[in-house]
Amino acid sequence: MNEKTVIRVGMAELKIATSPHILRTSGLGSCVGMALYDASERIGGMVHIMLPTSKIARETDPNPAKYADLAVPKLMDELIKFGAKPSKIKAKLAGGAQMFAFKSESEMIKIGLRNVEMCHNLLKQMSIPIEGEDVGGNSGRTIELHMDTGKLTISTANKLIKEL
Amino acid sequence: MHPPENVPAHQLDILKELGNIGSGHAATALSQLLNKRVDMQVPFARSLSFNEIVDIVGGADHIVVAIYLRMDGEAPGNIYFILEVDSAKRLLAHFTQIHSANNKEFTTLEYSALSEIGNILAGSYLTSLMELTNLYMSLSVPQINIDMAGAVLNDGLIPFGTVGDQALLIDSTFKDGKQDFDARFILIPDPSSYEKIFLSLGVAMHE
Repeated sequence: MNEKTVIRVGMAELKIATSPHILRTSGLGSCVGMALYDASERIGGMVHIMLPTSKIARETDPNPAKYADLAVPKLMDELIKFGAKPSKIKAKLAGGAQMFAFKSESEMIKIGLRNVEMCHNLLKQMSIPIEGEDVGGNSGRTIELHMDTGKLTISTANKLIKEL
Repeated sequence: MHPPENVPAHQLDILKELGNIGSGHAATALSQLLNKRVDMQVPFARSLSFNEIVDIVGGADHIVVAIYLRMDGEAPGNIYFILEVDSAKRLLAHFTQIHSANNKEFTTLEYSALSEIGNILAGSYLTSLMELTNLYMSLSVPQINIDMAGAVLNDGLIPFGTVGDQALLIDSTFKDGKQDFDARFILIPDPSSYEKIFLSLGVAMHE
């Protein structure tokens, strides 16, 4: 029963897990992977955010895991529902890269940067401390949140591994 | 706006035919460039979830060579030319006669050669698309990155991100006779472009 399971969090998905399991999201480019973790209960959640704000949504029933402004409060709510203590929850984030040096008028410009900024603003508003982050640059990232330790491991294409 | 989940079969067939003609031209261009036979497989026109799209190129953290071009104009969209790392190396050997000693790293010259191949393919694909639809479009300078499939596809999926969790794409695969390389060409018109494409072809959007 204590075997660690790796739970995949896909693009625009949100998942919660308890110790000793692992939440993993792969191939973050301009997307941001946010992990919230309560060390006292050893419970955490992860969301793979694509876009900064649902204000740009042109769909009637937006998926909350996709937009930063909806995803962060939703992740917080879900964690509390599963028994996490709001005052103990801390954040770690990674991603928000610019994969291609584009010069176009389109909305994708600096989307990574805008995703990160929006996450920072929301965490500040909600008084959730940021324990560590690895954002920006021009490389893809894969992250894993380990519920037994609360560590967030980050790997890139050239296998460099960081631990937050 | 047309949610990609609800594209009727006859419209998908039309997109597939556009993809067929476009990638036929691209395959010819590639064949001339390499002076060898290039086979094209029948393209797909399909609506897939973001995660399924990432899976068709090998999974979110699978390392690929991605050449990305933005298509601007009357029916804007994104184009990807995606190769496996070893396929790209073999393609370069044909194209530049450079037999790289290093099988993982790419030199600046190799980067530009691959970008140029992507540029030529996308250009011939787009030219046939413009002739068929009478819509004017132009291509950005190609951008190349060798990285995780999920990460390189992020940008191209953003225009669809605001309308749903799926994207409609036309994808074709090229192979040479000896299986030296295999490459995927993916066209993701922006959601708002489909109506213009169908109208230009005289196909009614709503039935």
